[in-house]
Amino acid sequence: MTVFPMTPPIEKLPTGIPGFDHISNGGLPRGRTTLVSGTAGSAKTVFATQFLAAGIQQFDEPGVFITFEETPEALRRNMVGFGWDIATWEAQGKWAFVDVSPQPEAEEIVRGEYDLGALLARITYAVGRVGAARVVLDSLGAIFARMENSQMIRSELLRIVAAMRRMGVTAILTAERTQEYGEIGRYGVEEFVTDDVVILRNPIEEEKRRRTIEILKFRGTSHQKGSFPFTVIPGSGVVVIPLSAIELKQRSSNLRISSGNDDIDRMCGGGFFRDSVILVSGATGTGKTLMATTFLASGAAQGERVLLFAFEESRDQLFRNATGWGFDFEEYEASGRMRVICNYPEAASLEDQLIIMKNELETFRPQRVAIDSLSALERVSTMKGFREFVIGLTSFIKHQEVVGLFTSTTPMLLGGSSITEAHISTITDSIILMRYVELFGEMRRGMTVLKMRGSAHDKEIREFMIDGGGLHIGKTFRTVSGILSGQFTHTTPSEIERLGNLFKDDTGV
Amino acid sequence: MSTIVLQLFIAGRTPRTEHAIATLQVLIVERLAGYPCELVIVDVLTDPQQAEERQIFATPTLIKESPLPQRRIIGDLADADGLLTALGLPPARLPS
Repeated sequence: MTVFPMTPPIEKLPTGIPGFDHISNGGLPRGRTTLVSGTAGSAKTVFATQFLAAGIQQFDEPGVFITFEETPEALRRNMVGFGWDIATWEAQGKWAFVDVSPQPEAEEIVRGEYDLGALLARITYAVGRVGAARVVLDSLGAIFARMENSQMIRSELLRIVAAMRRMGVTAILTAERTQEYGEIGRYGVEEFVTDDVVILRNPIEEEKRRRTIEILKFRGTSHQKGSFPFTVIPGSGVVVIPLSAIELKQRSSNLRISSGNDDIDRMCGGGFFRDSVILVSGATGTGKTLMATTFLASGAAQGERVLLFAFEESRDQLFRNATGWGFDFEEYEASGRMRVICNYPEAASLEDQLIIMKNELETFRPQRVAIDSLSALERVSTMKGFREFVIGLTSFIKHQEVVGLFTSTTPMLLGGSSITEAHISTITDSIILMRYVELFGEMRRGMTVLKMRGSAHDKEIREFMIDGGGLHIGKTFRTVSGILSGQFTHTTPSEIERLGNLFKDDTGV
Repeated sequence: MSTIVLQLFIAGRTPRTEHAIATLQVLIVERLAGYPCELVIVDVLTDPQQAEERQIFATPTLIKESPLPQRRIIGDLADADGLLTALGLPPARLPS
């Protein structure tokens, strides 16, 4: 989150690539050429194509695609899967190819001196013909590999870049890199495009591919620093997930909503806040899913729309359990008040999961959303990726005016905390801990409200029971300490009394 | 005997253009004398559509259209020596 006191003097062209305009503080520098560099398979061509496609679809800005590598035919075919109908745009005069792809059948011999005057003439012609605002050159490696005289190609490309600037078009030039970290591109491309550089990466971290995008520099204008995850999705293309670009300006509401359980509402000081995120943490079997079920069912019963992302239990299990508690999920779903999405965490990468979840939230527009459990997603991602995912999701949920309830499974039966909590405890508004308590040879359950942002709450650790009627809060554990750490000590009532007398003011309410 | 058709793509009148045209003139007059020969010069600055259709990106570019097989030579052609071989044309007489 950065505040720029002055208006940047350089105008930006919104690209229309989801998330990119956010991390670039408004798009690509208008009227300039940006170098997009990346290793093989880093989605350079998709990014470049999307720059033109989004221009046509969202801003009615025609584009010219200069291809040095793939044939126009291959590009038309490969990009259909993203929903980009290039052939139709060509017919409508909104898209023009300048085909400089190698022609295997034509033999080419070089004799003497030459320049790329013909290429420049073709670009100028194509830009004029469709009235292009955007231009893509993809990718430079192919032209360097084809022609021996690299020095000449460099100076000619510099001439083309200068000419495009005069034409007033905003352009993307793609170039290969041989490694994820190191020089910007091969063939000394940075010699002629030095103002604006974007890097796409696709490194392996802990045996998982994780795509990131970084704006290395925008000369004279601002952008978000560092690398951001992105994903390539069929039907939409590149989607950048702007994490540190997220601004903390969510509305916060004083409106309380019920958790579905009067006892818990009382412990929380009168219910959950709307626009808040509640984390429910506990070992397996402590009643987290029941808590999520009750929370959603109480919303649906009041006619609200509720959404459940389940990563641990199947649909049948969830519905059967809900029936056991007296909630008819089938009926809620049939009446359109509830949506349940069951998904294996391994079914998609975390970046894709985030996009799927955002889409669901945007289309279903629920008032309550629950994720059971968040920690199940931990195992499909790297630590860093998971943290970014949680931040991204939490901030998105808070912008949607919904209450979010995330469950998190602690790895140990007694005490303990999970990585999930370590990452997200600071960004959630409320934390409810559910713990097993070993009491004289019996496993009992204890619950406490650890945090309730902006409200008074019960600070005691209370016992709770689960029966056919749901969850019931009982008395506080007066004779046990060390519940949260899992290292219990039992104290006799007489000792408590003695201690109580030591602190007369502490009435223990 | 079929006509030799050569097409030269240029980008305006530059020293390179002049050099290529001069070289071709030498070639046609001295080395291809007696062969029916046709030289078409296309300026891509005034006729970019032609350049687009023929996928010309460097200038000058010489295309031997016929007889087949087609040949493309990029550059100002250096000198006439060896150019016929490069074009795959039968020389009028052995190069001196």
